[in-house]
Amino acid sequence: MPARQILDSSDIVRTTRRIAHEILEATPDVSDLIILGIPTRGVALATRLAGHIQDISGDTPTVGVIDVTLYRDDVKSGEIRTPHRSVIPPEGIDNRVVILVDDVLYSGRTVRAALDALVDVGRPRAVRLAVLVDRGHRELPIRADFVGKNIPSHAGERVVVRLAEVDDEDGVVMTS
Amino acid sequence: MKHLLDAHDLSRDEAIALMDTADEFARIQDRHVPKLPTLRGVTVVNLFFEDSTRTRLSFESAAKKLSADVITFTSQGSSVSKGESLKDTAHTLEAMGGDIIVIRHSSSGAAHRLAHSGWVQASVVNAGDGAHQHPTQALLDALTLRQRLMGADATGGDLSGVRVAIVGDIAHSRVARSNVALLATLGASVTLVGPRTLLPPGVESWPVGISTSLDDVVDTHPDAIMMLRIQKERMRGAHFPSPKEYVTHYGLTEERFGRLPSTTLIMHPGPMNRGVEVCSRAADSLQSTILQQVSNGVWMRMAVLYRVHQAGSTS
Repeated sequence: MPARQILDSSDIVRTTRRIAHEILEATPDVSDLIILGIPTRGVALATRLAGHIQDISGDTPTVGVIDVTLYRDDVKSGEIRTPHRSVIPPEGIDNRVVILVDDVLYSGRTVRAALDALVDVGRPRAVRLAVLVDRGHRELPIRADFVGKNIPSHAGERVVVRLAEVDDEDGVVMTS
Repeated sequence: MKHLLDAHDLSRDEAIALMDTADEFARIQDRHVPKLPTLRGVTVVNLFFEDSTRTRLSFESAAKKLSADVITFTSQGSSVSKGESLKDTAHTLEAMGGDIIVIRHSSSGAAHRLAHSGWVQASVVNAGDGAHQHPTQALLDALTLRQRLMGADATGGDLSGVRVAIVGDIAHSRVARSNVALLATLGASVTLVGPRTLLPPGVESWPVGISTSLDDVVDTHPDAIMMLRIQKERMRGAHFPSPKEYVTHYGLTEERFGRLPSTTLIMHPGPMNRGVEVCSRAADSLQSTILQQVSNGVWMRMAVLYRVHQAGSTS
């Protein structure tokens, strides 16, 4: 099973920094932004993006967590999933620009669940999607606004994102 | 965990996962929409052969917060009062398409029979069967203990080292039986307190300490005292001479409450007899967890419904 390296540690730093620039270009006022990570690795990425945004702009954006476990469309899959803790800023998300962050965009079902979860929390002015990797094969009409890297893939292949906060090392590999 | 029938069936990891899940459910009450779509399209049947408004409402509220549909069968005014058997009722519910059946019955083992007889495909949750088991009560009590004693960072943790006294009619109490099992699984140590006549036969083999003196136990300053309800029908006859006599020896009176440290939690599964098993001063004090137990009941029952539904397709 050959594993192909797609991004290494320094690629990930460069890529997330570029996404941070793009987010600021679209929304220059950092106080408008709420960066919400989808557990598990989306949370680590959201924190990194917020760090880059602070480095670039000098202002610190609000960071949070939006868990989608209870909004999935495959609850009765037999797989036991314990919900993660959502962390929504006390001032809420109403009229702010929410940047949803996840590691891999694939079927789009996780993002669909996240959009439903957001509706129950408040009414943002806009919701944007940032992902480290877009591997295609969408099953829903969803696209990302900020993409680290597009990776054409077969459905049988696996894209594995590893981040130091969760996996002790950084890297994106594809295995078949 | 397709069914939840007995607190003995819960592993430590499963119990902790249920508490963690219930803690997350508790957090939805602060939200814009305090409701989740998780069990949309799922039908929860409340099958109550024995009357219990609180437990029924708690399960009903839990199911509705998860967007499930709820059908309620109570013994009054239903086919049950016309003499229909458990088996025929079960077949009827199955034909109506119930996915999860929550059952309360006066006979020990009724929930187990319903789950394993082959009468229904649904998941079965035991909401109290005779003097046998009431596992969701034990789970919500454990959750309350963890929240109050282990602080904000309790996620993933158990109840190691917590000392709990359970006081009253142990022999007839499914709450006591369920709590003894679950607290032992979670690493807490339990002392049962009551008159000899209200301790069950064979209690010596349970994983607990036993005392017939509430005064002695109060002086050990336990982390929590769980007072069981004294049922009126047992107030006279062979079990104990009179309510007054009971209060003198086993009631949490103002005097005994005053001897407890301000850190000892006062628990009661409700509904309580004020002035019998617990004085009003204790019940209304900051140490009392009684209302917290009620709200935790809803969050814990949400966690249980979620869990049995997730597992429903596998086993």
